[in-house]
Amino acid sequence: MTVLHSAPKIASNEGVLDVLSKALGEQVIASEEKHGEILITVKRDSINDTLKTLRDDHEYQQMMEIAGVDYPERAERFEVVYMLLSLTKNHRIMVKCSTDEATPVPTITDLWPNAGWLEREVFDLYGVKFAGNPDLRRILTDYGFEGHPFRKDFPMTGYTELRYSEDEKRVVYEPVKLPQDMRTFDFLSPWEGSDYVLPGDEKADEEGGEK
Amino acid sequence: MSMQIEESPTTTGDVIQNYTINFGPQHPAAHGVLRMIMELDGEVIERVDPHVGLLHRGTEKLIEQKTYLQALPYFDRLDYCSPLCQEHSYVLAIEKLLNLEVPERAQYLRVMFAELTRICNHMLNIGAHVMDVGAMTPNLWVFEIREDCLNFFERASGARMHSAWYRPGGVHQDVPEKLLVDIGNWLDNRLPQLFGDAMSLVIDNRIFKQRNVDIAVVSRDDAIAWGFSGPMIRAAGIPWDLRKSQPYDVYDRMEFDIPVGTNSDCYDRFMVRVKEVYESAKIIKQCLRDMPEGPIASTDGKVSPPSRGEMKQSMESLIHHFKLYTEGFHVPEGEVYVATESPKGEFGVYLVSDGSNKPYRCKIRPTAFSHLQAMDMMSKGHMLPDATAILGAIDVVFGECDR
Repeated sequence: MTVLHSAPKIASNEGVLDVLSKALGEQVIASEEKHGEILITVKRDSINDTLKTLRDDHEYQQMMEIAGVDYPERAERFEVVYMLLSLTKNHRIMVKCSTDEATPVPTITDLWPNAGWLEREVFDLYGVKFAGNPDLRRILTDYGFEGHPFRKDFPMTGYTELRYSEDEKRVVYEPVKLPQDMRTFDFLSPWEGSDYVLPGDEKADEEGGEK
Repeated sequence: MSMQIEESPTTTGDVIQNYTINFGPQHPAAHGVLRMIMELDGEVIERVDPHVGLLHRGTEKLIEQKTYLQALPYFDRLDYCSPLCQEHSYVLAIEKLLNLEVPERAQYLRVMFAELTRICNHMLNIGAHVMDVGAMTPNLWVFEIREDCLNFFERASGARMHSAWYRPGGVHQDVPEKLLVDIGNWLDNRLPQLFGDAMSLVIDNRIFKQRNVDIAVVSRDDAIAWGFSGPMIRAAGIPWDLRKSQPYDVYDRMEFDIPVGTNSDCYDRFMVRVKEVYESAKIIKQCLRDMPEGPIASTDGKVSPPSRGEMKQSMESLIHHFKLYTEGFHVPEGEVYVATESPKGEFGVYLVSDGSNKPYRCKIRPTAFSHLQAMDMMSKGHMLPDATAILGAIDVVFGECDR
């Protein structure tokens, strides 16, 4: 595919995927190159070893970002994606592993000190646990917040709202009360995307079963 | 700043214990809503625990509910000091997924306004940094320059700060000829004069140097390990600039130098920014010189909307217009991480698309997160008033840090 876009140009990806999959061996579950990005999925338990190998032997000196992603339909619903940058090779790769609510991911704070806050953020927003992180507190949400707001099943409006109460002379927390329902418009074309379920449609299926 | 002193050191003969003080969340030198729990031994900082997130608005969650185009203005509101540079990462990420070609004039315009944003951002940071360590006048002067930049943004996009001017495929509107002429004149006369004057008060100033030289020295290895980027890593002597090493848009055609520091202290970080202003001016001049005529947005009717006039005349354009502003365009499945050199460092967008008209996940990599995390490491052993100098040199904005 010819590159038409003008997004950042890094050093060539050619051959990198082969070299890395060979070096990482059995730790790799899947690897692909798509949209000009190299993406390596590795086993959860070996994430620390993998990243250590990439840092020490393959010159990926900087770990710029850890992103959590939620895919509720999968058995292991969370993905943790690590973005690595090589200053010497001028190259970027993404490494990821998956986990569920209960299973912790090994920490990488011993490899990069800046992983501390990034792991805290993924923990705060998705509830992914990191085994070995010495300071796994919430970071972005309010003190005493409950739940993990970036999960796909967490509602946009949240559960609590706060206001200053003139009577009590302090900020009070209350359950969310919306004067009008949250509006989400679905603009997807009915021919291409959405499966519209109109009120009452479900009866047709039930009756269909009886017939 | 509130103080909790367990025992008054002046009245009792007991051993003096460490103070724990709250720096912020409402403190003029905290550059926003930052709360730092500081443990002090006398006036020496022992430990710093920054509490961030007081400005968390759930931007990434909101973006998941919007179409690609509707999500764009959120990026202005992240780092509200350099709005256009944030949009730049986002539109490039979309274009990378779409593999969309951007016309040359649009690329030049985007580079030019990204650099104007850089000047605008550095004016705020330089002024605030100088004011944090005690000088009043330069801040007033550099704000004049910032005001000029904001006026230019207004003339291009209609909004002074939250421009929302970049679009996937180009920019929203072409700029008037007169604006380009005015920017050229401004770069030749007003900017070097005002900025030179303001900086002549600061750069060799004894007090300013005493407050900044040798404060928060970070070694090269530490800078790399802590994920530093932008002026913070360049001050450590590493000539790393994404505009140079991973050029996007037309940066590969621009001639400019990367200023680096030697000592990696707050003064170097400050000076790197001062030099960058001149380099940005150089880039804008080259853009003005080389910018071709032509379309300012992609000619692909499925991504960029038709012009207003066309829309009123042609049925097909009307359909395109309607579809783009209701359903929006679909982006092919996949995930990309696109990082650009924002004035504060590497600003990245990790965009996951499921093939629909809304991003499945949009993770924003704020620059301040890594830098602020190193606050404890950097300020250990320094005096309490140095904390403001260190914070000023980090150039932190909480809209971006907390998202």
